[in-house]
Amino acid sequence: MDLIADRGRRVTVEELNTSRLLAHADKQSRDRKFDEVLIVDCDAHHYENEHFGDILPYMENEVFKQLALASRAKGGRGSVAPSGFGYQDMGGRVTRYPLRSSEKTDQSGAKRDVQLGMRWMDAMSVDYSCLFPTGMLNIGLHPQKEMEFELCWAYARWVTEKVLPESGGRFYTMLCLPFGDPEGSLRMVEHFGDRPGVGGFMVTSVRDNLQVHDNRHMKTYAAIQERGKVLAFHSGPHWGSSTFQSCNRFISAHALGFSWYNILHCTNWVVNGMGERFPKMPVLWIEAGLAWIPFLMQRLDHEYMLRPSECPILKKKPSDYMRDMFYSSQPMEIQDMEALETTFRMIKADTQLLYASDYPHWDFDLPSTISDLPFVSEKAVHNILGGTAHKLFKLPPRNEKQKANLIKHGNYVEC
Amino acid sequence: MAEQFVAKASEFQNGDRQIIRVGEDEIGIFKHEGKYYAYSNFCLHQGGPACEGLTIAGVKEKLRDDKTSVGLYFDENSMHFVCPWHGYEYDMFSGEQVADRRLKLKKYNVVQKGDEVYVVA
Repeated sequence: MDLIADRGRRVTVEELNTSRLLAHADKQSRDRKFDEVLIVDCDAHHYENEHFGDILPYMENEVFKQLALASRAKGGRGSVAPSGFGYQDMGGRVTRYPLRSSEKTDQSGAKRDVQLGMRWMDAMSVDYSCLFPTGMLNIGLHPQKEMEFELCWAYARWVTEKVLPESGGRFYTMLCLPFGDPEGSLRMVEHFGDRPGVGGFMVTSVRDNLQVHDNRHMKTYAAIQERGKVLAFHSGPHWGSSTFQSCNRFISAHALGFSWYNILHCTNWVVNGMGERFPKMPVLWIEAGLAWIPFLMQRLDHEYMLRPSECPILKKKPSDYMRDMFYSSQPMEIQDMEALETTFRMIKADTQLLYASDYPHWDFDLPSTISDLPFVSEKAVHNILGGTAHKLFKLPPRNEKQKANLIKHGNYVEC
Repeated sequence: MAEQFVAKASEFQNGDRQIIRVGEDEIGIFKHEGKYYAYSNFCLHQGGPACEGLTIAGVKEKLRDDKTSVGLYFDENSMHFVCPWHGYEYDMFSGEQVADRRLKLKKYNVVQKGDEVYVVA
């Protein structure tokens, strides 16, 4: 296969083989004896748009199902789900994007996405991965709340009934909720909340009009808390929004977008006292890196000291509520090591940070990004890589050495 | 340091690269416009296979004298190779990471003896 480089210059590459592409990750895993450490990846992805033919039949409403299926018919001009602008593949520089379709899987084996997942999980020595969709992260931009619900419902059925069961328990998920339809969100929590492999529910954060504190969402939060599940906010870019249309480069919209949507929803979550209203519900902020957190902690604390009358539910500073919440590590900004160390201190990373790879996306992080940090203790490395997630999601160790390490570092719980 | 056989020169085409293993190390050898360049195949970022991705000219932006932008263009005098994991981009001629030239891949000498190409490692 040829990849087109610059004007007419072609680079011949073999077909994609994830195991071979990640051979160096596999070496890192062996060198660091990662098989002795329970590693939980709280944010990984597949490309569900490649499976809409299997997903859409799970839609409930026959009219919307017909609209969706017809839009995918050959020659159709419809679009099932919202899509965003961008160049995630960096103009072909990140070769697994253009080559993805060339990777061979066993046609008689488990689902293709499960087989691909096992390849990169094994290379990184990841024991469990929380599987998220990719395109569906934009579902909050759909103008029809009915279609938003239908697509979330269909994906939830497909992933819990067809994908997770074939992963041998190594994939789990946090299902995306149709927040444009509060009643539909509650119904999804009630219907799917107790299914195997459902560790929680996800707010796709790319939503310009979402008010997380809206009274209509309280029943959904209560239902999640009642079931002991996690509420995750998964961020993303939205170059097409009026906020980012002044950005002329994808790097700008991407760097700001992920941070912005977490900052926006976290601010509303904190100042409206959601931590007081649902104190037992773990809240996890995903895929915006870490640098935004110290900024927001300082900014909100500063304003809260001057304007506490606007946040009467709060019993402590905003940053204290933020330290009660959890954060995924990727994409970790390893640029200024002292700043990163300060960030770890400010967010109580030892107990609140969860490793995430975000694989196969272009800015994925390996487990060594955590284990190789010079200022992190052995206990913190174990906690961040998997110990904290083990407790949150009740994922059992996969061998005796992992169990011994969980016990050694005070993380072990019966699963 | 010993000379490690890479390939027959007559079979090593411009635009091609070879990856050889030397003990635990891997070395990527490129042939670009008749010259050979060899670097460590372990990316300085997260250890990806730095020499196994796309080769592509560097992108530059042209400014007019009044500082307005003409736009982006490929600089045909440059050549980069890109780590396929995350897009870390290196200068073919120096092994420098193009966003921070203080970061350099380990460079190896390449020698040609008759029709045989060797890397010194």
